[in-house]
Amino acid sequence: MSAVEAVAPVRATSRPRRVVSTRFLRSELRLVFGRLRNLAVLAVLAGVPILIAVAVRLSSPDSGEGPAFLSSITDNGLFVSLAAMTVVLPLFLPLAVAVVSGDAVAGEANLGTLRYLLTVPVRRSRLLAVKYTAVVAFCFAATLVVGLVGAAIGLALFPAGPVTLLSGTTVGSAEASWRILLCALYIGACMAALGAVGMFVSTLTEYPVAAMASTAVLAVTSQVLDALPQLSAIHPYLLSHWWLAYGDLLRDPMSSTGPLHGLGSAAAYIAVFGALAWARFAGRDVSS
Amino acid sequence: MTATARAGSVAARSTDPARTGSGDAIRTEGRTKRFRSGQVAVDRIDLVVPRGSVYGFLGPNGSGKTTTIRMLLGLITPTAGSHSMLGEPMPRAAADVLPRVGALVEGPAFHPHLSGRRNLARLDAADRTSDPRTATTRIGTALERVGLTAAAGKRYRAYSLGMRQRLGIAAALLQPRDLLVLDEPTNGLDPQGTREVRGLVESLAHGGTTVLLSSHLLSEVDQVCTHVGVMHVGRLVSQGTIEDLRTAAVPRVHVRTSRPDDAAAVLRRLGVPAPTVHSGEVVADLGPFEPEALLRELVLADVPVREFRVDTADLEDVFVALTGEGFDVSG
Ligand SMILES: Nc1ncnc2c1ncn2[C@@H]1O[C@H](COP(=O)(O)OP(=O)(O)OP(=O)(O)O)[C@@H](O)[C@H]1O
Ligand SMILES: [Mg+2]
Repeated sequence: MSAVEAVAPVRATSRPRRVVSTRFLRSELRLVFGRLRNLAVLAVLAGVPILIAVAVRLSSPDSGEGPAFLSSITDNGLFVSLAAMTVVLPLFLPLAVAVVSGDAVAGEANLGTLRYLLTVPVRRSRLLAVKYTAVVAFCFAATLVVGLVGAAIGLALFPAGPVTLLSGTTVGSAEASWRILLCALYIGACMAALGAVGMFVSTLTEYPVAAMASTAVLAVTSQVLDALPQLSAIHPYLLSHWWLAYGDLLRDPMSSTGPLHGLGSAAAYIAVFGALAWARFAGRDVSS
Repeated sequence: MTATARAGSVAARSTDPARTGSGDAIRTEGRTKRFRSGQVAVDRIDLVVPRGSVYGFLGPNGSGKTTTIRMLLGLITPTAGSHSMLGEPMPRAAADVLPRVGALVEGPAFHPHLSGRRNLARLDAADRTSDPRTATTRIGTALERVGLTAAAGKRYRAYSLGMRQRLGIAAALLQPRDLLVLDEPTNGLDPQGTREVRGLVESLAHGGTTVLLSSHLLSEVDQVCTHVGVMHVGRLVSQGTIEDLRTAAVPRVHVRTSRPDDAAAVLRRLGVPAPTVHSGEVVADLGPFEPEALLRELVLADVPVREFRVDTADLEDVFVALTGEGFDVSG
């Protein structure tokens, strides 16, 4: 090969040189995070901790009801983060991820821009990789938005006193902060697994709304099945089974068994559905 | 890819700067597409687009032009056959070939919420062979070439049909290309736009770019194309240089007179097949007859000839002869 190029350098300039670059990924990130609909979804998610914090602030200090962590908010504002993440985890967050991941391929197919990306050319495996990376970025962004807005509004409205963990031990705000960040990252990873499922669904259709709805339905179905004790045999294999395991990160000493299982499950889902998406998309006729 | 194949194409490119005559820009052998519905949309076509040519790809609605183009570009998997583009086997060499190919397939498609310029920037960013340092200039030039500079900052959603079409052409011009595949590029353009696209195609062809142009505007094809291929119900029913196609057609004689019926009678008596009368004009296939002889006979028969004209059939007649008069699409 090098001998040929030495003989005829003309070819080197006429045959286009491919370079490794992050331009396409950056463009994809701009597309996802610049899109009004996606920003609105993030804004709604950011609204949840604000709503919780204001509601707790306005109500009597010891109502003690509601989602986990709610009663601890008055001791330390950081708990707004955890309460908000717990509230958005079953539905809001999966919906947001379903919207973005379901749109990934089906959206471009529906617009017809997919055929122009492929003739640029963008290899189909690269397209999936870039699309999925942007989906993962959105998953973490969505989770972190809830967590960070929660922490900010919490610390603004409530004191930052000592935090009592689930196991009864008391730790300072700094320790609590990074544990909460760990929780957010764990939830982000769980959502990335859902994003892989959504991405696969997105390669099946040219209608983004169908892909989004199917992904959301899958996420909810998984939680419903997880709640049926008769099906306990399949529970560990369900997509959503380990989502709540982040609670283990708030014990003292911190337990990693649950979250590690969760990460393993997420990795398995990502591998399986990533492979399925590739198998489906690699040879598909793009005739939209 | 073997070293020899590579060296061969090197020699071809470097010895011929105009890139003409060195093999074919597109060559298909028995390319076939059967959709899952069972329909054979493209049926064993052997397309040959010589380098440097402007190839008019004609055919009625639904005859398989766009399906062929999709196969050429690797968007859909062919059912059978093989093809090469710019001398390299496709779709295997797509990553090397396609950066040198600009394409407009079945109309433009862009993100509606992005401006024209941002849309082009996105396509350019997706291209691993494009140089980010020159992106702004190249995008600006492409927009200018299609006359979109003034609307470059507008959202694509707000573009008119013709502006969208122009943006699609601009996308195909983001890089210097060896081959342009344009599927109905003048669809929706105003007369100025149509003319500009024609001029654009001519100047690109002059610079050595091969152009495959699918179109329904036969006059446009007539004016810019050097080669023509005609599709009909998935088959390539005719292919060759535009002169070949024209001379294959039968010349016709037109006689304008105040007594058309008499003129028709004279022609019929001489054996000219089936003369027809349209609003004072008699039209007939010339067949093996000498036009001079026909005129003399008409004059001798006292037919007052006001105008006597022989023309070779225009592209439209050839087209209709090849693909039939029927208006209904062939499902
Ligand atoms: N995805 C598809 N699935 C099934 N049939 C298809 C598909 N795409 C095209 N066809 C069929 O293939 C045939 C050829 O279509 P094609 O789009 O290639 O025609 P065309 O020559 O480009 O027509 P036009 O001049 O209208 O653009 C048509 O009968 C069409 O119905
Ligand atoms: Mg078409």
